Amino acid sequence: MLRFLDLTLAGLTSGAVYAAIALALVLIWRSTRIVNFAQGGMLMITTFIAYTVISHGGSYWLALVVAVLSGFVLGGVVERVLIRPVEKRPPLDAVVVTFGLLVLLQGLAGMIFGGTPRSYPPAFSIIGFRAGDHRLLFAPNDLWVVLVVCGVMVLLAVVFRWTSLGLRMRASAFAPEVSRLLGVRVGRMLTVGWALAAAVGALAGVLIAPSTFVSPTAFDAFLVFGFTAAVIGGLDSPPGALVGGVGLGLALSYVSGYIGSDVVALGALVVLIAVLMVRPRGLFGSPVGRRV
Amino acid sequence: MLDVTGLTAAYGPVRALDGVDLHVEAGSITAVLGANGAGKTTLLRAISGMLRPRAGSVRLAGRDVTGRAPEDLVRRGVSHVPEGRGVIVELTVDENLRLGGLWRRDRGWLRDGPARMYELFPPLAARRSRRAETLSGGERQMLAIARSLMSKPTLLLLDEPSLGLAPRTTAEIVATLLQLRDDTGLTLLLVEQNAQTALSVADRAVVLNLGRKVEDDTADRLAADDRVRHAYLGL
Repeated sequence: MLRFLDLTLAGLTSGAVYAAIALALVLIWRSTRIVNFAQGGMLMITTFIAYTVISHGGSYWLALVVAVLSGFVLGGVVERVLIRPVEKRPPLDAVVVTFGLLVLLQGLAGMIFGGTPRSYPPAFSIIGFRAGDHRLLFAPNDLWVVLVVCGVMVLLAVVFRWTSLGLRMRASAFAPEVSRLLGVRVGRMLTVGWALAAAVGALAGVLIAPSTFVSPTAFDAFLVFGFTAAVIGGLDSPPGALVGGVGLGLALSYVSGYIGSDVVALGALVVLIAVLMVRPRGLFGSPVGRRV
Repeated sequence: MLDVTGLTAAYGPVRALDGVDLHVEAGSITAVLGANGAGKTTLLRAISGMLRPRAGSVRLAGRDVTGRAPEDLVRRGVSHVPEGRGVIVELTVDENLRLGGLWRRDRGWLRDGPARMYELFPPLAARRSRRAETLSGGERQMLAIARSLMSKPTLLLLDEPSLGLAPRTTAEIVATLLQLRDDTGLTLLLVEQNAQTALSVADRAVVLNLGRKVEDDTADRLAADDRVRHAYLGL
């Protein structure tokens, strides 16, 4: 029973991280119908920037703020400079561009920071909470991760649902042409969408960093699981990203704990296939056609 | 108010609009008539900036606005209600309305405007917090028009407002528009396949055929002209 509790808590933490990455992918997919394969490279770069801040004596919190801000800027710049020219072209063009950017960013990071993995400090203690004489697989830092991801979800939900910026962004995503007729500067909304998504990604990078090492390729596995979570959730829906992320985190934690850690990737594949067999558009996916 | 000269537009190699001239007086209602494929919708799209014209010019109150983006033209008082209504079905009725007035950055209007629209189009009031996909065809048309009015336009471009609507609904909408014209001096440019309805409310009408303007006269005279009625209007 205690083991089950441990696995559940550990799954919750990693699920929160997958959900954050999935959210970054979903935000971009919703607004531009592009899967941002460069997301891993982008959050790797911003995490390296945060690492640089810390290694120069900056605090964890300063590094966090710098990472999120640089993610925001990076996302906006990438949309303006690289994505805008391919937005109206066949989808494969955008796939090639984002893949190219991923390779470019990983190459750049290797040149600037080198290939040696660096360790990144956690915000809070990583020694598990005590339950009786048992130490749970859930530390104050894990609680922090879960709370931050939940907070970001709530914040974004509020922005999208209740602010005029959110209304304009939703309208641009659903009906770009009509939105322009109503005076919405749709191009600007796409830039903001990419910037927001990259900021969420940057946050996820800093949250992941203490549990792995910071290196040009260290985040690849997280991206694969984040992408899996996004597809499970429907690729279109922020709540889907949360449910997909936490669901996947839990499932993989049980697989790793009860079956073996070497079949985790296989477990992700099984979960993905099972969900898509029952619901081909993902848990929260919208139907293929848009009724007007 | 609106002066269009030599407007030419094309989709790829297909020329949909060929040197069309059009003059619209402030506060008037002008109908654009013609068969399917005559270029009526293209004319509206070229005026509202959704389609960049190949040649010709669009002048608004003396100012050249040819090829301006739609989001800029809205800020100059042009509002286009697209064909098929263009209501954003994922948003609620209230959100659709607010969206129409957002660019004005006028908090007071964002609060009072929707209430004013619910007075003009009472069927919408009961559904304000429902998603627009739950609306009937007539309600969607009302919402699309109301949403355009939220931008306080001086020139309203309407594409086939009667399409697929019951005659009674069409009559209600037309009555509201006429009242608005009388109250606020709104100028209307109306594309219609239903020539009878359009000619009964319009001051002037132009007839397009294969992208060219073939008639341009007062609505009364066009309605009385048997040759025009048979050749282009199917009356």
